[in-house]
Amino acid sequence: MEPINHVHGRAIPFGRKNVDTDVVIPAHWLKTITREGLGKGAFEAVRKEPGNVFEDPEYAGAPILIAGDNFGCGSSREHAAWALLDMGVNCVLAPSFSDIFSGNAFKNGILAVVLPQEAIDRLMEVAKTDPIDVDLETQSVTTPFQDRFTFEVDPFRKHCLLNGLDEVGLTLAQADAIGSYEQRADSDLPFLAHPGRQAA
Amino acid sequence: MTTAPRTLYEKIWDAHVVERRDDGTCLVYIDRHLVHEVTSPQAFEALRVAGRPVRRPDLTLAVPDHNLPTTPRQDAQGNRIPIADAESANQLKTLAKNAPEFGVRYISEVDVEQGIVHVVGPEQGFSLPGATIVCGDSHTSCHGGLGALAFGIGTTEVEHVLATQTLILSQSKTFEVRVDGKLAPGVTPKDVVLHVIGVIGTAGGTGHVIEFCGSTFEDMSIEGRLTVCNMSIEGGARAGLVAPDDKTFAYVKGRPYAPKGADWDKAVAWWTSLKTDPGAKFDKSVHIDAADIQPTVTWGTSPEDVVPIGGVVPAPESFADASKQQAAQVSLDYMGLQPGTKMTDIEVQNVFIGSCTNSRIEDIRAAAEVLRGRKKADNVKWAIVVPGSGLVKQQAEAEGLDKIITEAGLEWREPGCSACLAMNPDKVPAGERCASTSNRNFTGRQGPGARTHLVSPAMAAAAAVTGKLTDVRTLVGEPA
Repeated sequence: MEPINHVHGRAIPFGRKNVDTDVVIPAHWLKTITREGLGKGAFEAVRKEPGNVFEDPEYAGAPILIAGDNFGCGSSREHAAWALLDMGVNCVLAPSFSDIFSGNAFKNGILAVVLPQEAIDRLMEVAKTDPIDVDLETQSVTTPFQDRFTFEVDPFRKHCLLNGLDEVGLTLAQADAIGSYEQRADSDLPFLAHPGRQAA
Repeated sequence: MTTAPRTLYEKIWDAHVVERRDDGTCLVYIDRHLVHEVTSPQAFEALRVAGRPVRRPDLTLAVPDHNLPTTPRQDAQGNRIPIADAESANQLKTLAKNAPEFGVRYISEVDVEQGIVHVVGPEQGFSLPGATIVCGDSHTSCHGGLGALAFGIGTTEVEHVLATQTLILSQSKTFEVRVDGKLAPGVTPKDVVLHVIGVIGTAGGTGHVIEFCGSTFEDMSIEGRLTVCNMSIEGGARAGLVAPDDKTFAYVKGRPYAPKGADWDKAVAWWTSLKTDPGAKFDKSVHIDAADIQPTVTWGTSPEDVVPIGGVVPAPESFADASKQQAAQVSLDYMGLQPGTKMTDIEVQNVFIGSCTNSRIEDIRAAAEVLRGRKKADNVKWAIVVPGSGLVKQQAEAEGLDKIITEAGLEWREPGCSACLAMNPDKVPAGERCASTSNRNFTGRQGPGARTHLVSPAMAAAAAVTGKLTDVRTLVGEPA
């Protein structure tokens, strides 16, 4: 995973609420066995709506997406995160995210930043004309008009994002702790440790 | 040692913590990992590139479901019928190659045990009460019906579990959804969960694990509990669970991967302790009276857009908040509906009975009960019944349910995810409506432009025979 600290640029003022991951990337795009090339399927149905923000040249190449409440609800497909990255978006601002999407975003180095609805409303306005600045180190979102909004982030996630850490590698370094748990479980919860075993 | 009263979720969580960290996250052990073809290729590939093995292949079970056509898979001579869609075929082939390469148990598309991963897990006794269960699929919440802590994960987490048999998680908040009382005739577990989602909203459970408490769930069959927990994610909760009881133990006992001998006795002793303690506190609670629940249908493009079958399509301005008003208008435009239209006046051209929500034997029986001696309406062009697994199919055929279904003019298919999501040939044409027993009425979910109305199996069967959304209670008890 690439380290990420700072995202600066135009933001797509989408603003819609309850955007599910079927909307971010429809199922027929999920037949791939790689992580690449999903950007062209991103928001496929929305792009057909007249006057939608994704087809507006004003926001071409924008690295930030602004959405409404509960962004990324529904399917667990990580393809939604891969599709955003492939279309050049590595930061999403919303009043709330689904739990699964928020995890998938983090694991792909996408900043999923939670801000109050009032802040989102203001940034939707700014996004129409000007760039937005998101800084992970200081946990703040700023605009050229002196707006400044701070956000919360899980300390572990912040550490991983700033340093581009591979979580699998980190956990494998704790193989001993996992091994001890397995030994304990083997005597305490043997029915979970051995599917279908014919125990004496 | 005295411990503070704990909820069921907290008991399962505590039993699986490998390590607590200073930052509040925990390394949590995963007992069962279900794998299907869509969300696993990139995870296996990452292991291959890093030269990492699967830590516990014996705790991992792979089965194809999403891409499979539900038409026959073998010809009369037993030869495999090729899959026309090259990308689907390639994804299926990739799982068939990855599973043996990493030593993972694999059920192939022609094995009788094959089916939708969330039907297969409980059916094989692979999913157990008190276990932590994950799968790269959000409807993993389903297995909570057995009293397991089960939730969907993304592909990077699939890779993490394959490599380490753990996940790094923050503990969720707890949410009690209590429903007490007897369900009226014609009201099913599907109606209960649709009603609950209508009450709490699609983001109501975000950050929480739901425990479904109360006499309604105690009285419910295990398959009914699986249906309810399946749709926890539609209420925003990553997991939902029902405390295991004697009914759960009876359901699990004797299944292929269920504990046996001394392991069984030890299991039941522990499972019996998996109840929320008196005095344990939930972070949030809602109480619902079962008598308030009617056969329920959706009108919009979010699972929270529900209305009793006797109701009408709501007007956008009837919603309090402005963004919901706007969303409702977008939904109505997509669905081609006018406010004030009676739900029972809405014609459907398609009927889908299946999916991980409603494809178990009790669901097929409920549909067949309504279809018995009746015929599909002429305006219904496409109506399919897709059993959740080969074993469900076998059981239904042994009971003669397939005959009732086909005599009514519906198609009886091979097991798979089918028309729940547009990844295989079973799709709803643009602009047409479908009465569907699946779990998501999202825009484009059943195919680009498809209009989905979520219903129970009995209600879907009723729609098939009348050609409109129908209160099943008006058919039951009447001569066919």
